Amino acid sequence: MGRVLAVIIWIITLLSVLLFVSGKWWFPAAISEHAPALDRQFLITILVVGISFAAAQIGLGWMVWKYRDTGSSSDRAIYSHGSNRLEVLWTVITAVIFISLAVMGQSVWASLRLHDAPAGSYTVEVVAQQFQWNFHYAGKDNKFGRTDPKFIDDGTLNFIGIDATDPAAADDSVTSALAIPVNRPVELRLRSKDVIHNFWVPQLRFKQDLVPGMEIKVHFTANKVGKYELACAELCGQLHFKMKSYMLVLPEEEIQALQAMPQEQFQAKMAELLQKYPLPTYQ
Amino acid sequence: MATMVTSTKKVTNKGIGSGGNFPGPNGKKPGGNGFHGGGSEDPSKRKFSPAAYRITMWMVLAAIVMMFGALSVAYAYVMVSEEQRSPVPMPRMFFVSTALILVSSATFQRAKRSLQQDRARAYLRWLLVTLGLGIAFVVSQLVGWRELSRAGVYFSGHPRSTFFYLATALHGGHLLGGIGLVFYLVMRRLRPLWPLHAEKNTAWTRVVGLYWHAMDGIWIWLFALLLIFK
Amino acid sequence: MSAETHEGVHRHPAPTSFIRKYIFSVDHKVIGIQYIMLALAAVVVGMAMSLLMRLNLSWPGTHWPILATLFPTGAPEGVMTPEFYLSLVTMHGTIMVFFVLTTAPQGGFGNYFLPIQIGAEDMAFPVLNMLSFWVTLVGFIVILLAIFVEGNQSLGEAFSALGPSFAGGSGTVGPIGGWTGYAPLSALGKVAGPGQGAGMNLWVISIAIFCVGSLLGALNFITTLLNMRTKGMSLMRMPLTCWAWFTTAVLALLSFPVLLGGGILLLLDRIAGTSFFIPSGLYVSGLLSGTNPNFPLHTGGSPILWQHLFWFFGHPEVYIAILPGMGATSHILATFARKPVFGYRAMVFAIFAIGLLGFFVWGHHMFISGMSPYSAIAFSVLTLSIGVPSAVKTFNWLGTLWGARIRFTTAMLFALGFVSLFVAGGITGLILGQTSLDLAMHDTYIVTAHFHLVMGVASIFGMFAALYFWFPKMFGRLMNEGLGRVHFWLTFIGVYTIFVPMHIMGIVGMPRRYSSFGEYEFLKTLHPLVLLVSIAAVITILAQVIFYFNVFWSIFKGKKAGDNPWEATTLEWTTTTPPPHDNFAGVLPTVYHGPYEFAVPGAPNDYVMQTDLGAEVPSGNGHNGHKH
Repeated sequence: MGRVLAVIIWIITLLSVLLFVSGKWWFPAAISEHAPALDRQFLITILVVGISFAAAQIGLGWMVWKYRDTGSSSDRAIYSHGSNRLEVLWTVITAVIFISLAVMGQSVWASLRLHDAPAGSYTVEVVAQQFQWNFHYAGKDNKFGRTDPKFIDDGTLNFIGIDATDPAAADDSVTSALAIPVNRPVELRLRSKDVIHNFWVPQLRFKQDLVPGMEIKVHFTANKVGKYELACAELCGQLHFKMKSYMLVLPEEEIQALQAMPQEQFQAKMAELLQKYPLPTYQ
Repeated sequence: MATMVTSTKKVTNKGIGSGGNFPGPNGKKPGGNGFHGGGSEDPSKRKFSPAAYRITMWMVLAAIVMMFGALSVAYAYVMVSEEQRSPVPMPRMFFVSTALILVSSATFQRAKRSLQQDRARAYLRWLLVTLGLGIAFVVSQLVGWRELSRAGVYFSGHPRSTFFYLATALHGGHLLGGIGLVFYLVMRRLRPLWPLHAEKNTAWTRVVGLYWHAMDGIWIWLFALLLIFK
Repeated sequence: MSAETHEGVHRHPAPTSFIRKYIFSVDHKVIGIQYIMLALAAVVVGMAMSLLMRLNLSWPGTHWPILATLFPTGAPEGVMTPEFYLSLVTMHGTIMVFFVLTTAPQGGFGNYFLPIQIGAEDMAFPVLNMLSFWVTLVGFIVILLAIFVEGNQSLGEAFSALGPSFAGGSGTVGPIGGWTGYAPLSALGKVAGPGQGAGMNLWVISIAIFCVGSLLGALNFITTLLNMRTKGMSLMRMPLTCWAWFTTAVLALLSFPVLLGGGILLLLDRIAGTSFFIPSGLYVSGLLSGTNPNFPLHTGGSPILWQHLFWFFGHPEVYIAILPGMGATSHILATFARKPVFGYRAMVFAIFAIGLLGFFVWGHHMFISGMSPYSAIAFSVLTLSIGVPSAVKTFNWLGTLWGARIRFTTAMLFALGFVSLFVAGGITGLILGQTSLDLAMHDTYIVTAHFHLVMGVASIFGMFAALYFWFPKMFGRLMNEGLGRVHFWLTFIGVYTIFVPMHIMGIVGMPRRYSSFGEYEFLKTLHPLVLLVSIAAVITILAQVIFYFNVFWSIFKGKKAGDNPWEATTLEWTTTTPPPHDNFAGVLPTVYHGPYEFAVPGAPNDYVMQTDLGAEVPSGNGHNGHKH
């Protein structure tokens, strides 16, 4: 029995490790400036995790193989209550490894979250609602028109409640897909009209909750032109799985052109661009 | 592997004694911490253990403090993140409540001291005074509610107003439990066989006292919280 | 407890009527079995729900005629609606976490064996103990009611008489919110969509009731352990199981009141128009807050507040689920390794360290919730440091096996399985606990895989081990070892096949709580893995039929067990099988040794029972031995 268990544990360990190293399924190719550092940190961590996992399982298998009761009643187990030296040793070793990982694991976070968006960032207001994304662009004047929930009117497609009397709102556009410039910091101002949603683009390696009653400012820089799927990653109700949109990463001049357009043209152009750019291919 | 088999010794009754010398959870010498069984006791009786009551009451209080702590944090959290505040005036009656409950703690202490001094009548008298003050406290809270609603502060709506009612209601509910416990002490005192259970009487009075003072403390805490974050 | 029962502190006599003996029993042993039976019933519901979820995920759009018959509104024409799926998610999580993982390990095995293992004749407050079970059972009935109120049209309408937030009948099997019930989705009421009416109210009420039941239980555990240990049972002579149950009780005592407080606030938000978790100016389903009677004015609340309150409870809850499993594993490993536990003292400190640190890491569930990024860093570092005592436990388990003479009973197989799964599930906490990596990993299937392996499956393996181990003491008969082994092999291989691929799905980016993945191109490559997981899940769940058969068959037909079939050392094996009403037939045992004195040199047998007066054991009372 001991040998069977040992072999099964080893086979499970081997297959698990193979599944991870096969590379058949992995992160989608990254498109943000912070992603390579994040992917590297992930690789370091998963190496530590994988080695610890394999070592523990191989050790466990070895113990059950070697120390199975062979039926000879004469010999007994080793009588030991432990070893303080070993306790100290493995406590210190794991503490050093785990705390080092913890400290290393803060660097990408610190670079993204501990300071505001750099000057000259491209700013988009994101207003989520149950099963739909709204992206609010400031237009030519670079000023967002005032919004208030009392102006929300689904009939006139004023989903985010733009105050039409505010002059800054005149050139604003609202679309259901996100367009951002490539290689330039982007600031998102995240809000929600109803419940908690989450902004999630796998290629960006970036997530943030959108919390009603709060405006959360986050920033990142995308560095590859293209069209990417944008998902909601916080349970928001019945059609959570369908709360999908796209993020277009565009060359600076296309963004400038869009920004200068009035709302209808902006939307038409977005539809055209969404057609033009294909999704990345996944093997 | 430095294994530890260096010497063996015959476990004798002396050895047992050393196991029993372990200080009990209440820091008392063995015997008082519930090591029972064996010996010459009547095996059909379970020894009465005041420690069981005391430990349990401390645990109950820990749980209650955690709940009120959570509610307080919730209140402070909401109030601090509020941009413009419109303070709710503290009902004047709540100051009276505070005085009442402070005095009631003192009167309970008098009752406890009377019991220690074996003054059974004084014990009963102070218990009844405490009971009266407790009931007066609950009434003063209800009057305070009326004051609040007259000032336009209602249960539903902003957490700031809700909390006035919720904190007082939850505390009041717990205090009603305390009133029940004091009432139970009174009933015990009125039993004919009361003096025969001196050990239990003391134990009960002590745990009820713990509870009563804790309710006093929690009220002071809530009152301060409502005064600070308005 | 009423005054009358206290006045004469007589040992309560063994009851004779059926109802006092088996139903409203104050005997901790009967109550323990009641808790285990409750968990065995609840886990069937929870497993059935996971089976339905897997059907929906891997064969989307397939018509299952049986579903159409069972759930005419939830699965019209045999295809599940998204809201039906999400209610399955919610109820599966809630039932499993509360009514399985919290009841069986602590209320079940703890109730039965803690008093016996410390040499007490019952819990400190037997009536309180009975109450804690019945309160918990009411909680379970209320959560089941949520299924019917949401699933049954006419019952749902009947409930709506209680108020607008009580409208039911949305064709689901309960509320939609996940086991975490994030506000404001859970706080808004029916306006937020299907599954936010009566079912959600019952969900909150059920959890509040459960909190009360657990608190009553925790009080009893702590007082019993501190106050009722028999002569010679010093704290450091207690079995590690008792340490685990004690720590668990302390965690429950300090964390459930917080959930209870949060639950009260959530319920008030739902039914009394308060706004603790609902901010101003919400616009939901075409209605602005305050402009319609169906959506009253809310102002001033904070959704993140609920997350803080919930996770302050929720993280210790994870340890409430697994610590008893750790205790049972240590106990069973030592018994069948025929060897003392390696590093007893270190094991005790590790349990305490895990329990203590468990209160300071709740924020790692909330890195991207909008909480301060600085506090996220603090939570992250604390979270990874909790891995240290967990690793210490693993090393000591391996140390216990080193130089052993292992007897591979089914109980031992499951205990070894626990070690394997605890490592596999726990170690990925190193990934999820890092703020940076959480940007990619949050709310994907790697989270699902991590917590299912460590707090779900590992805990359950601990309970399987405990049941196979203690079954003869509880019922006087052994469980069938052959069936037990088949059950072990299928389950052990099965759970790895289910949960290892889920890590990969998480890395690719598959979000949790999606009723369908067809919308996203980047998830399409994962379909073979999704299918593999589902097939493994079906087989693993079917394997549990063997287990259920074994349990109920063995109760009546199993091989008769003696008093100490495993040649174990602790006090439960010194009494008769099954133990008498007062556990030790009137004479409480006296303890002379540490709990795991196996393979003592010079002793006649390879085990020395704790009560063995004549035996010679090395000095040091069975501790680390560093005194020498």
